[in-house]
This record gives sequence, structure tokens and C-alpha cells, in this order.
Amino acid sequence: MSEQGTTEAAGPGKGQAAGRATASIAGPAGADAAGQTARQTAGQPYAFTAENEAKFQRIIQRYPDKFTALMPTLWLCHDQWGWMRPGLPEWVAGRLDVPLVRVYELLTFYTMFYLENPGRYNLQVCRNVSCHLMGARRIIDHLRARLGVEPGQTDREGLFRLEEAECLGACGYGPMMLVGKDYYENLTIERVDRLIEQWRRGG
Amino acid sequence: MADSARCPKILTANFGVTDSHTLAVYRSRGGFTALARALSSMKPQQVLEEVKASGLRGRGGAGFPAGVKWGFVPQGTGKPVYFLVNADESEPGTFKDRHIMDFDPHLMIEGTILSCYAVNCHDAFVYIRGEYGWLVDRVQVAADEAYAAALLGPNILGSGFGLELIVHKGAGAYICGEETGLINSLEGKKGQPRIKPPFPAVVGFLNCPTVVNNVETVAAVPWIINHGAPAYRAIGTEKSTGTKLMSLSGPVCRPGNYEIPLGLPLRELIFGPEYGRGLLPGIELKAVIPGGSSVPVLTAQEAMEVNLDYESLAAKGSMLGSGGCIVIGDDANMVDVLRVILQFYHHESCGQCTPCREGTGWLDALLERMLDGQGRPDDLQLIERICAGMIGTTICVLSDAAVMPARSFIAKFRSEFEALLPKGDELEDYVPLAVQAELPRSWAEPASAD
Repeated sequence: MSEQGTTEAAGPGKGQAAGRATASIAGPAGADAAGQTARQTAGQPYAFTAENEAKFQRIIQRYPDKFTALMPTLWLCHDQWGWMRPGLPEWVAGRLDVPLVRVYELLTFYTMFYLENPGRYNLQVCRNVSCHLMGARRIIDHLRARLGVEPGQTDREGLFRLEEAECLGACGYGPMMLVGKDYYENLTIERVDRLIEQWRRGG
Repeated sequence: MADSARCPKILTANFGVTDSHTLAVYRSRGGFTALARALSSMKPQQVLEEVKASGLRGRGGAGFPAGVKWGFVPQGTGKPVYFLVNADESEPGTFKDRHIMDFDPHLMIEGTILSCYAVNCHDAFVYIRGEYGWLVDRVQVAADEAYAAALLGPNILGSGFGLELIVHKGAGAYICGEETGLINSLEGKKGQPRIKPPFPAVVGFLNCPTVVNNVETVAAVPWIINHGAPAYRAIGTEKSTGTKLMSLSGPVCRPGNYEIPLGLPLRELIFGPEYGRGLLPGIELKAVIPGGSSVPVLTAQEAMEVNLDYESLAAKGSMLGSGGCIVIGDDANMVDVLRVILQFYHHESCGQCTPCREGTGWLDALLERMLDGQGRPDDLQLIERICAGMIGTTICVLSDAAVMPARSFIAKFRSEFEALLPKGDELEDYVPLAVQAELPRSWAEPASAD
């Protein structure tokens, strides 16, 4: 109940970390790395909410060094902002005092970190063996047609993104998909349709 | 031998019990008695010896004896010892650790504390794959409960032994399940495996002695301490002792996780009334991948003859692996299934070794064109040539893990592959592979003595 997944993101600068200096976005280098949307938010400072700031302090206190603290800090950013918005990687590098390349190394190697908006509902449908044997392809094809997107794309409203995922550890209950932190298992086309309608209505 | 009726529940005793994930329920069912006993009356070395004597083998896939692995940790080096619980469960077909963490997180925590005590470790991490977000929360809550009850922290149960446990969330990469990949990932790097030796037991996390054990491995430790090594050895076979969680998937009537005594016939797991209860109506058994997608496939006939233990499966040319048992029915096309598997390894190759980075991509592309009707007459030879260059030539075994299904699928279901390929005389522009080799001698072929 504490968290509504990664999608209930507060905007940059929304939280006020009491008494703690917040780095502003890096200059042109940050904009280059993050693409053209960087301009839209450039100059706005980022800050963790008070709750996330406390979590961040606990991370740097508990992890053995600043590099090991990097991955949990990036998760904290995803919890708060939904994805690594322009300037956020630079801000994280500043807060942990690590080279920016170390931040991008993780952001580009790991599939669960996003440098672009993954949409309100990121539908990650497993395509691996067990799910495939149980009809995952049908589910993926149905979603492609229904949402009008190819895997790896977000729809125009920014509501749905479709992804083909590798094994998500639900092999006995396929086909399945991961949305936010929730597993939807034993999927049928009818069930997928009901979910889509529910989410379209804002549920 | 394997008698499922008399097999105690070691890993799944609390599955299905209401609120089994809470400390109160875990304790009410005898939880943390092993820890209390070990801390009050056993020396670390005794715990280690007990686990060694039990014959418990690593349940993540490699099957290396856990106690022996612990014995490799050098003591008194002045460096801290780290213990990493590998909960990066991502071998296709495997979903067992998920249920341990979901239904019985305290079992894993108790096993972790005991394991750490055995190797004199005071800093442990549970590395949980990022996709299991809700399990990260669940294990964190369990760890918080344990801290509040002085089961974790500087002075566990007043014994003077202390352990810090950090629940760490991964971020999506199959390769982080490989122990040195996991270590690099935890260090805040790309999860690219390291060359061994040095082994993690000597040079691991932050260059300190490190043990990496699977969730299921540590979850067996409390029972071993409570009941003793001989009781554990009494289950299973001589070399494959104890029980194993098998994840059963594919078109079977009752998929799911089953705790089996090692040595159980695979036939029993698929068809037995307490287990899978056979295939869905109208589907016949065609093949079985017994231990996760990386292991060689078995034909239906082989599957009917083999027992589920490390040695029996090795004798059939396959492996028990992680226990991800994928049943394939006669409605599936084996070329299509292999394509899905190779696409996965292509996607998950970390990219640091050329044979794997390129080879997995080539295999994926060859299967794709075969299924698109664009295959060439010599494609199976070409695949074998690529496989020969991939196996045993890389830092970790991901490359081998792609080769083993590729080779076994083609060897055992060759006709399905050949059916998709044109014959040489059907093509005007056909040049046999052997003639094409005007190229320099392939790196894939062993150098001759001349």
C-alpha cells in the first residue's frame, strides 16, 4: 500500500529536502545525453521527497561504498519520477559523487531503467519458452493490434507501452505480463481486454 | 530411494499456511529454533561440517556442494567476508525461489544467518531480481521484523554474533544470476562475469572473500541443523541428497512448484497424481527440458526413463540445472521453440566475449531466417560450426547455455529442422558451405598439425 508502483511520479522539484543542497541539472552535456527533451526541463532542480531523502540517506549509510549505492539510488529515482528524466542522471552522479559514465553504464545495461517515459502502464509480456508454449504470441499480437504499437513503443497518449519481456519467473502460470509491480498470470485475450478497458477508465 | 510419500517437506513445510510469511507464524511452526540451537551450542565450524556432511548441493544450477564452497573461504585474512544470496532467479522455466520468498521469507533469512555464521560473515545481501518488485518488499518487511526481534543486527539472540542483511533490488539482466556477474552488479557495475580463478570465495565482492548461494540452498540449512546431516542424506540418492524444488511448466494439467526427493522419476513429476497429472487433453508428450532452458533437451522416451537427480540426468546427457522443468507437447514445433530460446540468449548476452556476443546473434538470425522460409541447405552445418566456436571459449557459461539447447534440439529433432530447409539442387545459386570456405581457416575449426 505504501507505493503505487513507479507511475505515480511526482514532478521534478516537487519535494523539498529540508536543509539539503540540491544540485541543479548539468549543462549541455546532460542535454546531449538525454536527448532533445532535456530543454523542456533544463534548469529545474531535482530533489527527493522527504521520505525518499530519508531512504537515500539510509542507502548511503548502509551500502559499503558510493558505487554500490548507485543502483538503489536509481531505483529511488524511478520510484519518485517514473523514469530517468533529462538531467536526473547528472543529478544522481552529483549526489553520489560518481562519474556520470558510471550512472549511464547502469542505465543502459539494465533493462528496467528507463531514459524515456515508459508510459502510465508498461505492459511487459513474457515471450520466453514456457509462456510461448502456452500462447504468449497470441497475447502479444493482440496487444499490438489493440494498442496500435509495436513492442518497445509507447502509444500516443503516453498511457500504454508494450514490451516483449524475457522470462519473468511465472513459467507455470503463462501467458503472463508484468505491469508496474503486479504480475497478471494465466492471461486470456478476454482478460487482457478487460484490463485494458479498466486502465483506460483510469482504474 | 525416492519415496515421495515418506519425503519430509524441507522447503515447502509452510507453503499454504495462512500468513506463513510473518515472523509470528514462522516461529509458531518451529522457525528460528535451528538458529537458536546453532548460536548457543555449535561453533561455526560445526555448522559448516554439518552442511558438508549433509551433501547439500547448490540449487542454482551448478550443483556444487555448498559445504565445500564454504570451506574455500579463507579465514583470518583481516578482510570482511561477504555472503550474497542469489535471488536473481531468471533461468527460463524456473520460478521456485519466488515461492520461497513469497510464502516463507523467514526460512531464507534463517538459512542465511546460519550460513553466515558458518563462514564468519557479518555482511549479507539478498540480491533479488528487479522484476520481483513485490518480493523485494516482502523480504524487506521480513528483514525488518527480524531486526526488530534481534534475529538480525549486531547481537543476534544475545549470542554476540552479528549480521547486517541488505535486501538489494536488481534491475533486469539474466547474466546477474551468474555469481561473478552478480558480484559486479552489486558493486554498481554492468553485470558482466569475471574470469575465474580467482574464485569469489577468495576474491569476490569488493575484492573480499565472498560466498554466493542460491535461495533454495540456504533455505535447506535450518532443516539440516535441526535434523542432522544423516537425516538429510537419508533422502534422495547417494550423491544427490535431500529434496529439490522443481518448477513444472508447459502444457500440463497442474503446473507449479513441487518439492521432490531427488531421484524421483521424471515421469512421476509430469504424470504423477501428486504432481503434474499429465499433459492437457489432446496433447502428447514430445520433449522435456528438465532443468531450465540452458540444459540439453530430452526426447519423450528419454524423459520417461530418467530420474531427477544430478547423476541420472548427466548420464542421459542433460542436467538437473535449476530445476526448471519445461514440458513440450506435440503441438509445438521444435524449430520455433529453439528460436525462442536462442532469441533469449542473444538478448541476454552481456557482450564482453566475442564468441557469445556474435554467436548468439548469428544463431538467432539463422533460426529466424529458417522460420521465414529463407533457410539455406547447409544451415545446420553452419549452426554446428558456430556452436563449435562458442562452447568453452568464453568467460562464463552463457555461451555454452545457448549451444546446449541448439545442439540437442537439432540432434534429437533434426527432421523438423530439415523440413524447413531447401535441398541444394532446388536452388540455382547454391554454393555448398565447404566450397564457400575459400576463406581463411575458420576459427571455429581446430587447427591441424601441419
